[in-house]
Amino acid sequence: MPQSQQRTGFSKSRRVMSRLAAGLVLRSILILTPVSIFAREKVDLTLVPSIFAPESVPAHSITHLAGFVLAVTGAIFLIVGGLLVYAVVRFRRRKDDDGTEPAQIYGSGPVESAWTIVPILIVVVLALATARVVHEIQDARQPAGALEVQVIGHQWWWEVRYPKLGIVTANELHVPVSHGGVSRPTFLDLRSADVVHSFWVPRLAGKTDLIPNKINSMWIEPERTGLFLGQCAKYCGTQHAKMLLRVYVDTPEDFDRWAKEQAQNAEKDSTASAGRLVFEQTACINCHAIKGTVANGRFGPDLTHLMSRDTLASCVLSNSPQNLRAWIKAPEQFKPGVLMPAMNLTDADLDHVVSYLATLK
Amino acid sequence: MSAIAKTDEISGSTALDPTTAQNKNVFDHIHSWLVTVDHKKLGLMYIMYGLFFFVVAGIEAALIRIQLAVPNNHFLPPQIFNQLFTMHGTTMVFLVGMPLIFGFANYLVPLMIGARDLAFPRLNAFGFWLSVLGGLLLYFSFIGGEGMTGAGSAPDVGWFAYAPLTAKAFSKGHSTDYWILGVLIGGFGSVATAVNVISTILCMRCRGMTLTKMPLLVWLNLIMCGMVLLAVTPLTAAQIMLLLDRFVGSHFFDTQAGGSATLWMHFFWIFGHPEVYILVIPAFAIASEIIPVFSRKAIFGYPAMVGATIAIAFVSMSVWAHHMFTIGMTSAGNTFFVVSTMTVGIPTGIKIFNWLGTMWGGKLRFETPMLFSIAFVFHLLIMGLTGIMLSAAPFNWQLNASYFVVAHFHYVLVGAIVFMIFAGTYYWFPKATGRLLSDRLGKWHFWLFLIGFHMTFDTMHLPGVLGMPRRIYTYEAGRGWGTLNLICTLGAAVQGVAVLVFVCNILGSIRKGQRAGADPWDAWTLEWSTSSPPPEYNFAEIPIVRSRRPLWDIKHPTDPDWKYE
Repeated sequence: MPQSQQRTGFSKSRRVMSRLAAGLVLRSILILTPVSIFAREKVDLTLVPSIFAPESVPAHSITHLAGFVLAVTGAIFLIVGGLLVYAVVRFRRRKDDDGTEPAQIYGSGPVESAWTIVPILIVVVLALATARVVHEIQDARQPAGALEVQVIGHQWWWEVRYPKLGIVTANELHVPVSHGGVSRPTFLDLRSADVVHSFWVPRLAGKTDLIPNKINSMWIEPERTGLFLGQCAKYCGTQHAKMLLRVYVDTPEDFDRWAKEQAQNAEKDSTASAGRLVFEQTACINCHAIKGTVANGRFGPDLTHLMSRDTLASCVLSNSPQNLRAWIKAPEQFKPGVLMPAMNLTDADLDHVVSYLATLK
Repeated sequence: MSAIAKTDEISGSTALDPTTAQNKNVFDHIHSWLVTVDHKKLGLMYIMYGLFFFVVAGIEAALIRIQLAVPNNHFLPPQIFNQLFTMHGTTMVFLVGMPLIFGFANYLVPLMIGARDLAFPRLNAFGFWLSVLGGLLLYFSFIGGEGMTGAGSAPDVGWFAYAPLTAKAFSKGHSTDYWILGVLIGGFGSVATAVNVISTILCMRCRGMTLTKMPLLVWLNLIMCGMVLLAVTPLTAAQIMLLLDRFVGSHFFDTQAGGSATLWMHFFWIFGHPEVYILVIPAFAIASEIIPVFSRKAIFGYPAMVGATIAIAFVSMSVWAHHMFTIGMTSAGNTFFVVSTMTVGIPTGIKIFNWLGTMWGGKLRFETPMLFSIAFVFHLLIMGLTGIMLSAAPFNWQLNASYFVVAHFHYVLVGAIVFMIFAGTYYWFPKATGRLLSDRLGKWHFWLFLIGFHMTFDTMHLPGVLGMPRRIYTYEAGRGWGTLNLICTLGAAVQGVAVLVFVCNILGSIRKGQRAGADPWDAWTLEWSTSSPPPEYNFAEIPIVRSRRPLWDIKHPTDPDWKYE
């Protein structure tokens, strides 16, 4: 089990030390940014995607390493910075200077050797500590019970597939939590349909790029339920900024219920047949798929269970019929440069389509 | 007299006696600069060219900062924002950094080695005008970028232009072609000048100046130019491949046809990382001249300084993939680049310690060049430590492509390079113009720029830690990034004011500044032995040196350096 290797990966004392350092950094960040300002900005601290608030096994390992590196570099900063300040104050030219030149010193073998050897030792220690975490995270073997998810980057949204569960969705991942000794890590297989993207949910793991013609992988093992925010971290064109991402960590029961619902075909609701007709007779179906209907396009997000998602347009808008209508009417208004065209539907057709999509629970 | 007149009639070209030379009108002046092959004029033109684009890139940065000052801002549309950060980055590296370092190398290297010009003066002019052509082509994209398909537009692919965003499918029109050609042609100019500087240093030193008696600035520029030859050429190759992809249908980077996106990354960063050192080593070089003079001491550990720079150059050629820790290399590959990258910290540490050792026991004079240099050492320390953080691959998986990285490399490019360009300008301006820059305005410039710099770039680390990726044109409220970004923007405004003070200082001092004389700083290297500004031929008589500090030897005949070296 990778997570047990993770937890024993760090010796206890080092772990305490790095925890301490990480905590200090986090606290100083909070002090630097006065709480009152946070309040004005209405920041929900649980949604701030801080790398120093990890809630998943690989993110924890990284924070520990980061704490260790910060402690070492912080010490170097204090010592060398202190020497610099001392030199500037101590050796400034005084007012009563006699105008003679100071003693000329051209160098010193022993001193120079010392400040070569000490950094070499520090680098060796840091490199070893780093190599260990690289190995722990990257070479973790996938356990049998792990959930497999495929994430495919598109300009500018995320296609999410659960091949073993028969689920296709977009922009919002659902994964089970690992707690109470039960480990249910999620292994992500990352691909791109167009340009380079990067999957980054800071509180769950470091980022990994989605590169065309290359399959990458990463894993997460969240230890707390809740919503975790992320977004594309590699510049991928006009709307890179609005390629947002959400990961919902559910209890195992909630996750299983969600997975069961998502695997089903779209319900047929006869009250919305007019909208369905518009949808299927317009170019919508060239890009969007709705399982169980003729719509099977793959350029845009799968809409089979659209209304089960909290957001629209890659987490840019909250999901409500009003927002959905506004989005379909003029996608450019929310994401200039977006690849979804405005279809110039009549108001009546627009209403029909929205009421049809609203049935896709 | 009549004999001379007669000769003039025959040749028809040398009718300039001193009186007519003084009566030259403005067009003659411009003409003399356009056709010059004098290393000092070309050096100054490089520097003016660099400073001009520094202001342009600064305006671009200001627009970017305004857009990011508050969440959900609508100051700029995304397309324009993306063009601005692409142009800002490309401009700062290729049209500000490169011209400025070559300007200083051009101006100073011959003067410091007691030569009358570079080895190939016309190649020098050629290199400069190629760089100008590259810059103009890049900026012409603002009006000609889309070519036949519509209005102009600048490239919007980011300064490292990751494939396949540059493929025809994702980048229509011609803006990317202008980017490729501009950088490509500027690169030819850089290679030409690097060859020239290397030849000059190796072949044209004055008598007595063995390699171990060269000023450190000359040594470091020699190393920098060697790196240009090794690093710019892969970029040139990659740009040509990209042009082939776009125009004749090859598929090097065209992923839609089986090309490789990571191939471009490797090509780009095997240029891009050494490029950082190409830019920062000349900053080291300037610091290695200024810190001793204003500490009144010889440089501490000269051989170690040279050795450390060679080590940095050597190691920096093998660290490029630390820009690519997130692309899914194997753990062995990642570990290799962790180790190689951390290794750079050792020679960098040696340099910091040697500058400290130079100041230790000295009598520090805090004139403007020294203030900028001390700040530079401080920034170098911080950027080195954030660099160590970024080199720890797992930490990098979090920090990569976040605002932490943006803050880190601005510490390098502004905190080190721009600070030392300022220091160097204050230090050698009197040599080039015969007049000192105002020290009072210089101190205003320094303190304002220092405060603005720290407001912007210290703060900028934090949104990265809080999960803010770079190159986003806007962000949602409620993620804790808003206030931090506002502080960054305010700091940028302070930096803008500081640069304004600098420009005023230059414009004011160039006409009314205090007369400098040949050696205003009581310095020790050869450029201060000739008049300010130096005559076209630099030295009436080629000097002969016996130590690294020939002017010290003259000023202290009883205690010359050559007794100890």
